[in-house]
Amino acid sequence: MIPFTYLEPASLDEALALLARYGDEAKLIAGGTGLVNLMKQRLVRPSFVIGLRALQPLAGIAENGGLRIGALATFGAIEASALIRRRAPLLAEACGHVATVRIRSMATLGGAMVHADPHLDTPPALIALDAQIVARSQRGQRAIPADRLFTGYYQTVLAPDEIVTEIRIPHQPVGGGTAFLKFLPATQDDYATVSVAARIVLDETGAIAEARVALGAAATVPVRAMAVEAALAGKTADEKSFRDATTLVVKAIDPIADFRGSAEYKRKMAVVHVRRALAEAAIKAKRPA
Amino acid sequence: MRSIKLTLNGASISRDVEDNRLLVEFLREDLNLTGTKESCGVGVCGACTVLLDGKPISSCLALAVHADGCAITTIEGIAEGDRLHPLQEAFLAHGGLQCGICTPGQILAAKALLDANPHPTRAEIQHWMMGNLCRCTGYYKIIESIAAAAGGE
Repeated sequence: MIPFTYLEPASLDEALALLARYGDEAKLIAGGTGLVNLMKQRLVRPSFVIGLRALQPLAGIAENGGLRIGALATFGAIEASALIRRRAPLLAEACGHVATVRIRSMATLGGAMVHADPHLDTPPALIALDAQIVARSQRGQRAIPADRLFTGYYQTVLAPDEIVTEIRIPHQPVGGGTAFLKFLPATQDDYATVSVAARIVLDETGAIAEARVALGAAATVPVRAMAVEAALAGKTADEKSFRDATTLVVKAIDPIADFRGSAEYKRKMAVVHVRRALAEAAIKAKRPA
Repeated sequence: MRSIKLTLNGASISRDVEDNRLLVEFLREDLNLTGTKESCGVGVCGACTVLLDGKPISSCLALAVHADGCAITTIEGIAEGDRLHPLQEAFLAHGGLQCGICTPGQILAAKALLDANPHPTRAEIQHWMMGNLCRCTGYYKIIESIAAAAGGE
C-alpha cells in the first residue's frame, strides 16, 4: 500500500478545516471499498487520508420534509431500513443489488456518489427519485441534483474542499410506481452490463403524467434519459408507448465496451431493459382517485 | 503510526499500527493470525472475510486503524477451547471444504448469516454466500454444511 498520513477528525467542522487546508492532497475515506482499491492500483496517491468514521451523526436515516440519508449510511443499513423500504423502495432495491454482503456492510451511499464510477447501482436510483446531494465546505452548503453531480468517468462537480453530508429524497408523487433492473449476464456480484431505474406517475385517466428513466453502466457517467421521459408524457401506459419511447434511449447513452459486452450489445440491452423497467414501474403505479 | 485498541476474538488488545496498514496485513503479519487469507485483494473473492462488530467485511479493503474501538472476529476466535464451532463441525461432517483456502472466509460469512438469521432458507443461504468464491467444492457442500449447522444436524 502507498504511504499516507491518516487523520481522523472528531467533528464535521474539523474535517472541513482539514480539507480546506490540504485540498487536492487529501482524500476522504468512509467504507474504503472505492478508495482503497484506487490506492492499491496507484490511481490516486493522497498524502493525507481523512477518516470520517467518527462523524456518526452523518450515518442517520430520517424523515424530515422528505427522506434525509446521512452520507455515511451503509448500503446494508439503507437496504434494511423500514423507512426507506416504505418511502423509497427503489433505493432499497438498488442497495440490495450492490456487490456482496461484505461490500454492503462497508460501502456508504455518500461514498458511492463521490466515487462516481458509472457502473454503480445507486446513482440511477437517486436520479429517478429526484434526489439531491448536499455538500458542505467552509464556504457554505449547497444541494446538487443527482443528475447534475457527475461530469465524467470518476468525476463530479464537487470541489476538493467539499464533503457530501447528506442525500435528500423529496416526498415521492402519490401513486408513483418504480422499478430497478440490473442486467447481469455473468455473476450476481458483478457490475451491471446495464442497469435501469424508472419511475412512472399516472394521471386520473391512466395516462402517464410523468416518467423518470436513469441508466447505469451506459456511458462515462450515470445517465438520465430525458428524451424518453419527454416522449412518454401524456401517453397511455402500454407496451406500444414504451416500445416507441425506448428507441430514444440509444441517443442518450454511449456505452463503453468491456468484458461485460460490446458497446453495441449494451445499447441493445439498454433498450430492452428500459422498456421492461418502465412496464414494471407502470404496473406498480396507481391512478389517483 | 497510530495506537489502536480493539476487542479481538473476545480479548482486549492495544497495538501501534502504521497509518496505511490494511486490516488483513495487521491480522496476518503483526498478530500472526494467518487463518485469514488474502486472495484477490480487491474485495471480490471473500477469502479475507472477518467480522467487524458482527458484520462481514473484506479485510483486504479495510484500514487497520478502522478496527480501533471495534470488535473483530477471525476464524481463530470461533471455537471454544477444543470444541469446534457448530459451523466448523458441519463443514467437516458434510465435506464443505477441500483445499481450505476459502474456508475461513466461508465460515465467518456463514456465522454472520446465522447470527442474524438462525434458520435461513436455502435461497437465503445462497444469496448471502454468493460473494465467497470456492474453486473446489462446486458450492453444494458448502450450502449443505451451512444448512446442517442451522438445522442443528
